Amino acid sequence: MRNRYLSDKRFVGSAILLGTLCLMALLASMIAPFPYDEVGVGPNLAAPAPGFLMGTDVLGRDLFSRVLFGARVSLAVGFCTAGFSLILGTLTGALAGFFGGRTDRMIMAVVDIFYIFPMLLLAILLSLLFGRGFFGIFISIGMTTWVTQARLVRALVLQARELPYVEAGRAIGLTPVRILFQHILPNLMGPMIVSLTFQIPNNILTESFLSFIGLGLQPPYASWGTLANEGFRGMLSYPHLMIFPGLALFLTMLGFHFLGDSLRDILDPKSQVGSHTNP
Amino acid sequence: MISFLMKRLLQASATLAFLIVATFFLLRLAPGGPFDGEKVWPAEVKANIDAKYGLDRPLPVQFLEWCRDLARGDLRDSFHYIGTPVRDIISDALPPSLILGGWALLISVVAGVLLGVLSAWKRGTWLDFSAMFVAVSGITLPTFLIATLLVLLFSSTLGWLPPALWEDRKSMILPVLTLSFRPLAIIARMTRTSLLEVLHADYIRTAHSKGLSEARVLFKHALRNSLIPVVTLLGPITASLITGSYVVETIFQIPGLGTHFVTSVIDRDYPLVMGMTLVFGSVLILCNLVVDLTYGLIDPRIRVEREG
Repeated sequence: MRNRYLSDKRFVGSAILLGTLCLMALLASMIAPFPYDEVGVGPNLAAPAPGFLMGTDVLGRDLFSRVLFGARVSLAVGFCTAGFSLILGTLTGALAGFFGGRTDRMIMAVVDIFYIFPMLLLAILLSLLFGRGFFGIFISIGMTTWVTQARLVRALVLQARELPYVEAGRAIGLTPVRILFQHILPNLMGPMIVSLTFQIPNNILTESFLSFIGLGLQPPYASWGTLANEGFRGMLSYPHLMIFPGLALFLTMLGFHFLGDSLRDILDPKSQVGSHTNP
Repeated sequence: MISFLMKRLLQASATLAFLIVATFFLLRLAPGGPFDGEKVWPAEVKANIDAKYGLDRPLPVQFLEWCRDLARGDLRDSFHYIGTPVRDIISDALPPSLILGGWALLISVVAGVLLGVLSAWKRGTWLDFSAMFVAVSGITLPTFLIATLLVLLFSSTLGWLPPALWEDRKSMILPVLTLSFRPLAIIARMTRTSLLEVLHADYIRTAHSKGLSEARVLFKHALRNSLIPVVTLLGPITASLITGSYVVETIFQIPGLGTHFVTSVIDRDYPLVMGMTLVFGSVLILCNLVVDLTYGLIDPRIRVEREG
């Protein structure tokens, strides 16, 4: 088992890349040369130079420190919202697929309602309703993405419930709840992990998008999208304000992309799940 | 076929109706109002404003009034651009968005399929490698970084193209390129994967053994079958072109629908939001409908019997 992971170059490479990024985010307060919100630590709008690796922004804040702390926000939003949609989507999808009938129709009706909403409109409306704090962003991204997970898990459970091991479980008198949670769902871990690795970067991108159009987290928090938003007006003269947050986002996306691809081949060779169905 | 079409149309209208109702009430539930500004209005003034714009009546009544006006073809005046009908705002902003989105869709489909076919055909060669390099960067590069890099290269360094604004054809190139990059990459990857799968099928071997030329097998036999998953993608891709256009319109200062949509929600410009929702919703639902009907054209097996 271990060999299949270690012999996959994409897995090893992306794991190292993502591990480094996460570690840098966690240790941001130790690595960052300046506090991320301290104004005037250097000249305003300085280009990258030895003292300020990524230059400074319009208020003379060190961009490297801001990108480091931005990693915390962006990654936290990505992980938390993906976790939320994993739990909610798995629960609803599994119940719908396993029990079928009226339960299925009721759950899928709700799922379809969320599905037809243009993602952006729903995210904007929800962020108005729940505010632009961490909780609001969490809800607006989580609520728009859990339906994808629910549909996936429902389809998987529908397939699994016809398999011999489920029938065997029924034959020895296990309760349906026990069959579902102790036998079917653990068997679906592979595809679910794969879909999670595609969900996380999608959510990070969505958050950066919301922040970029000004609907993201409010100061003092700054995600990569917020930083890009602060930078785009001076794009021609001070491109470093856009390039470094963009680069950080790009590296994260790249890592998750290859991680997802390799995990799909390792854990779930037959699957159709992918980042490509969810642009 | 007719009954299938009728059923889908009915479903689409129900979806749109639901979308409109939900947006109307969600928007009103959100705190803040269209006339809340820096200063706080005295109570009488506030009551007067609310009465003038019909905001003092119960919500369901307001909704019915809005529907009544809609039936007359009146989308009302914007709250933010006072005195300007929403219809005029939308009809001014629609052409740039349509041009931008239309070109981006065309380029991404044509170039994406071409790139996908090329890399599946020449699998394992440097052509395949470079095509997939383009595809992966398209999927993983954030839109605003693509825009920055393109502007830096073609405007700042080479001076060939204007960095922003929407004036002549030249100014449209960079925004269209930026917007089409991601869908292009997604389509290229999907085409490659699905074509590679099809190329292993028995009937392709048969076609080869009949002595058909490679190009004929590829384009006549393999491509048609491998395009079904690609067509499935077109619905979400069109949706993402619409949402993606916000970023592109903002960066390139294009007076399109995207910017209006975001600002109208932030401004609580209720009539404009509703107008935008109507337009966007119709476009999205129409796209899905067209995609659904296209399946049948490509693959006769899924005609009609597809469950909604």
